[in-house]
Amino acid sequence: MKCVICHNDWMPKMSFSIFLTLRQEDVCCPRCRARFIRLEGNRCERCSRLTDQVVCEDCIAWEKRKSVLKQNVSVYMYNDWMKEVMNRFKFRGDYALIEAFRQDVRAVFSKHFSSDVCLVPIPLSPSRLAERGFNQAEAIASLLPSPMIFGLQRIDDEKQSKKKRRERFTGRKFCLTGENVAEKRIVIVDDIYTTGATVHEAAKLLYDAGACEICSFTLIRS
Amino acid sequence: MTSANKRSGRLVHFFFSGVIRLYMAGKQLLKCELSFPYDEKYVQIVESIVKTKKGYRCVRCGNENQQLFASFPCARCKRICTYCRKCVMMGRCSECNPLVIWTGPIPSTFFSSPLKWSGKLSPAQQLASDEVCHAIDRNDSLLVWAVCGAGKTEVLFAGINLALSHGKRVCIAAPRTDVVLELAPRLASVFPSVDMAALYGGSEDRGKLASLTVATTHQLLRYCRAFDVMIVDEVDAFPYSADPMLSYAVERARKPTSSLIYLTATPNEQWRYEVKSGKRKAVMIPARYHRHPLPVPTFEWCGNWQKKWRKKRLPSCVVRWINEHVERRKQAFLFVPHIDFLQQAVPHLQQFHPHIEGVHAEDPKRKEKVLAFRRGHIPILVTTTILERGVTVPNIDVAVLGAEQPIFTESALVQIAGRVGRSAQHPTGDIRFFHFGKTKAMLKAKRHIVRMNEEARKRGLLDE
Repeated sequence: MKCVICHNDWMPKMSFSIFLTLRQEDVCCPRCRARFIRLEGNRCERCSRLTDQVVCEDCIAWEKRKSVLKQNVSVYMYNDWMKEVMNRFKFRGDYALIEAFRQDVRAVFSKHFSSDVCLVPIPLSPSRLAERGFNQAEAIASLLPSPMIFGLQRIDDEKQSKKKRRERFTGRKFCLTGENVAEKRIVIVDDIYTTGATVHEAAKLLYDAGACEICSFTLIRS
Repeated sequence: MTSANKRSGRLVHFFFSGVIRLYMAGKQLLKCELSFPYDEKYVQIVESIVKTKKGYRCVRCGNENQQLFASFPCARCKRICTYCRKCVMMGRCSECNPLVIWTGPIPSTFFSSPLKWSGKLSPAQQLASDEVCHAIDRNDSLLVWAVCGAGKTEVLFAGINLALSHGKRVCIAAPRTDVVLELAPRLASVFPSVDMAALYGGSEDRGKLASLTVATTHQLLRYCRAFDVMIVDEVDAFPYSADPMLSYAVERARKPTSSLIYLTATPNEQWRYEVKSGKRKAVMIPARYHRHPLPVPTFEWCGNWQKKWRKKRLPSCVVRWINEHVERRKQAFLFVPHIDFLQQAVPHLQQFHPHIEGVHAEDPKRKEKVLAFRRGHIPILVTTTILERGVTVPNIDVAVLGAEQPIFTESALVQIAGRVGRSAQHPTGDIRFFHFGKTKAMLKAKRHIVRMNEEARKRGLLDE
């Protein structure tokens, strides 16, 4: 098989479970796979950050600010390898890399959420969308079995990763599109949770529009 | 009023077209990379992904491997859009993203003898240098077959000088960034008046079209019909040898009438056959500049080292070799076939000497470790084949553990042997291939070195 990331050929281990079950063979080679680190063990129960505290300081601060986001669930830890893969996926536009995440993303999602929730991917601004050709949050959401609602729209055009921590919290990034989110259980989908500013802002907007329970799901927790 | 407007408009247009011409000349860029309007007169817009009988083909990199094409729901063209995954790191070639290729004139700059170099060439180098000049003058192709440590770069100086004084654009392409980083300052110092660009992933000169360009072969994907002289260094090296994309890029980046010069120490069998039968023009430098013969490797059987290693033991002859080098304080490279083995073996080897280190391609501290080795802080550096070329450290020995493994091809082994005896002060050294059964590649490598020495002796290029 050809690894979806490094393009090298590798031999999957043959076993009866491959013949007898519908288990999909991994699309990337064991070496590339081993370099992704899944979030496991002691984590903040609100935001999935690796910590020994039950609720981390950032989340206590969010609570004081009366954030309506119930929980954030993430799949992978952010490391140099992840940075490299995301660079290729997001900025160079190698969409096919999404396949490398499929199994883990689905497994983690179904562990935390039932499939009757609605997914709201974090939008890109029209100019950025035209530049990249796809929205990475939508790509991640498309791996999941739940329906998508495009409830948000981007106002500012600046990349979140180009801003300082302070700047991330000030200024509005989104507005509502008018899609009906009332009385719905919402899971906001994004590629990365760093300070949480993006997801918490989106959560507030959706809550004001009548959504009843809002969680978030991101590929990476940095 | 209107005429003034018109004039200023024309002026702006003139200014822009000048800048754009400088930016676009000799390039092939993706439409989405161009944020400014361009003059349709001087460009050709072509689809970057075309459909063929076999499926798809990428026009920029020549990829026809269907496994390396993928498609995605494109927000730009609102369709399922196919793109090339092979060259995606240089910007995505997709069905809705055409290539803009410059077809206009490329400005040329004339220099009068820009070479500032006072060194002297050896007779063999002089011969090769004359051949290079000749090939450049006649837009010919030439293979320069020179042993490791022959002084290949100096051989190019006269040719580059000639080309630059004729107003030609010269490009030196090398397969790896390390080589570009080493070559660029050296050329800059001997051609101080010439505008130069060093192109590699993440370099500051990106997008520059200079009279003298040093680039990784990957970067040539951005150029089309741009260079009058194309020099490809280390043609036999990975990844150039393994990846048809890179030779495609080289072909595309040079002008239809241009000269093409290949440099190598170890041409592959096909090329050697072509040279022998006269189909390919070549010039050989069989001896090093210091006029000493190449050290010849010795073979030493070490038994089934992989089986021994499962019990965490090394063959006794290897242990003896390591102990000897640690005691005599003679620095050495120990080449091993795999990263996995290297990572297990280094902690074990550190029992012999705590400063023994290992490097491999993905090692973030690679540069630091090689530098520490150069400074003499590391007695033995364990490495995979990444250090087989380019790294020159005086007075070292070399050993290969598991020389029978397929990764050690003839050219790899010749290159490894070529690490030894590079400096005139220490022209000899020990090369040991520890093996579990001799392979053809090992024998061929040894024969290759012996033959080169014979050839050099015949031509009187050695002092003995």
